[in-house]
Amino acid sequence: MEKFETFSGIVAPLDRSNVDTDAIIPKQFLKSIKRTGFGPNLFDEWRYLDRGEPGMDCSKRPLNPDFVLNDPRYQGARILLARDNFGCGSSREHAPWALLDYGFRVVIAPSFADIFFNNCFKNGILPIVLDAKIIDDLFRRAVGDEPLKLRVDLENQTIGLPDGKTIGFEVDAFRKHCLLNGLDDIGLTLEHVDAIRAYEARRRQEAPWLFAE
Amino acid sequence: MKTLYDKLWEDHVVRSEADGTSLLYIDRHLVHEVTSPQAFEGLRLAGRRPWRTGANLATPDHNVPTRDREKGIDDPVARLQVETLDRNCRDFGITEFEMNDIRQGIVHVIGPEEGATLPGMTLVCGDSHTATHGALGALAFGIGTSEVEHVLATQCLIQKKSRNMLIEVKGRLGPGVDAKDLVLAIIGRIGTAGGTGYAIEFAGEAIRDLSVEGRMTVCNMTIEAGARVGLVAVDDTTIEYVKGRPYAPKGETWERAVAAWRNLHSDEGARFDRVVEIDATAIEPQMTWGTSPEMVVPVTGRVPDPAREPDPVKADGMRRALEYMGLEAGTPCTGIRPDVVFIGSCTNSRIEDLRAAAGVAKGRKVASNIRQALVVPGSGLVKKQAEEEGLDRIFIEAGFEWRDPGCSMCLAMNADRLEPGERCASTSNRNFEGRQGAGGRTHLVGPAMAAAAAVTGHFVDVRKLN
Repeated sequence: MEKFETFSGIVAPLDRSNVDTDAIIPKQFLKSIKRTGFGPNLFDEWRYLDRGEPGMDCSKRPLNPDFVLNDPRYQGARILLARDNFGCGSSREHAPWALLDYGFRVVIAPSFADIFFNNCFKNGILPIVLDAKIIDDLFRRAVGDEPLKLRVDLENQTIGLPDGKTIGFEVDAFRKHCLLNGLDDIGLTLEHVDAIRAYEARRRQEAPWLFAE
Repeated sequence: MKTLYDKLWEDHVVRSEADGTSLLYIDRHLVHEVTSPQAFEGLRLAGRRPWRTGANLATPDHNVPTRDREKGIDDPVARLQVETLDRNCRDFGITEFEMNDIRQGIVHVIGPEEGATLPGMTLVCGDSHTATHGALGALAFGIGTSEVEHVLATQCLIQKKSRNMLIEVKGRLGPGVDAKDLVLAIIGRIGTAGGTGYAIEFAGEAIRDLSVEGRMTVCNMTIEAGARVGLVAVDDTTIEYVKGRPYAPKGETWERAVAAWRNLHSDEGARFDRVVEIDATAIEPQMTWGTSPEMVVPVTGRVPDPAREPDPVKADGMRRALEYMGLEAGTPCTGIRPDVVFIGSCTNSRIEDLRAAAGVAKGRKVASNIRQALVVPGSGLVKKQAEEEGLDRIFIEAGFEWRDPGCSMCLAMNADRLEPGERCASTSNRNFEGRQGAGGRTHLVGPAMAAAAAVTGHFVDVRKLN
């Protein structure tokens, strides 16, 4: 996993709540057996006017001019601003893969669905929960003629606004450590092989039916 | 004094950090074709093997066709994904019920059916509807593909404990009101994010009255209320259900297991972070009208009016949903006419669901405005049992199509899908935009309600039929 480093990026404001993972990446693209290449189909049904299928050349498809990612102001956006319960629904990790492949490294929302929230951290995306009032303010700033640029500093847990103000945010210490260092969870868990084996040995005695092969 | 969730959690902690981050041991891992290929690829790249091969059980379900299976899969991309699962299971020695095995089916149907889901287990799957298995008193939740790889490689997951919520359903459900109506009513009450961060235990008389199948329908949709985990305490109904299934313990081990399972309930006086009481007697047959499962009303009601919603973000979402669904506020639910009826999915494709739908379909005909009415059993064994009971004849004579098992039109990854603008009465779990096909419009209902909509051509209070 790529290390998460401090960066400044444009904010794309997606002003609707309960954005589900079916909307983030529709089911027809889940047939891929790869982790990459989902970016062109991120928000496919909202982003294009035709019906998307795997294998299409997306650069030739008609764009929906009303969709935020097609707005010239938000080209190259790396921060997605969203509303409540972002990422609800299916557990598909293709959703964070598509966001990452498009170029997003941060999603800011008042609340996230649990599985999506967790999947983000496994892929180097930082989901940030902020108070709804702060989110409202960010939406107001992001829809102006000039795109809003924010500086995201995970080490210090701050978001820097163009006027010099900063917003603090919370993040789980373990997940922060993994993101900053680009650590693979599996490697970390395998440092505890002895503890896993000891647990298994005890449970095989207590509950042998769980180990029937 | 512990809750059921506390007990299940504590039994599976391998080690914990000071901040509560824990290594949780996983007893059973169910695998399907859509969320596993990248995980197996990751194992290969790192030169790893599955930690405990026998803990895994695989089947293809999302992508498989529901007819003409002897011809194989037409769609080359879907075919490659299913073949990739077959190859991965072969290479790593994992048991798989392949597409033409009679035991193949939706992961959340076959786990309990085979006894591969047992009370007291931790069970995970790369699928958000894994909470289904909580109906048997198992700690079950959906995970992403990175975690699928993590479980394969280590038999553990890094987790933090959720908070405890109790949903106490008091009184009994009325005649013609089923488990689906109950869970839709619960989601309508607490909202799609109401359970975020919680493990929900469902309790009370109405839950105890439900069969294990009905409890699975309730736990299945826990994720639609935002919670990853849904649970029901073990009782005689659970133990009776598990007994004699292929993977269930036998003989002396069975007796030991049952003795342990008898403790799988919340202790008297256990503390919950949130308690919600639901009056079962007040619940009517439900249907969703919008594009989120919380947008639900009794079938006796009307499509709600966003002008009466005080929260502006919510009102905006309602307006968007009405536009997408092609509905006017104030329309009586019974005036809405579907084009397609889908009976199936991990929510409602078990034998009891098929019996309920067949009970309505018997002696009636699918209405002329219905383009397609599909019945898709949850597994090959459910299909076989239904055929032994003659349910297939009832459906076929009424004008339904009787298909092979899989996820089918719940998420439309295979050929079963809505056309743009089509409206569906569906027993599945999500009414999101485009879920059943781009531009498709989904109304979630229970199996008897779906069959009633099929034979009358419009949504109807199933209690008023006959």
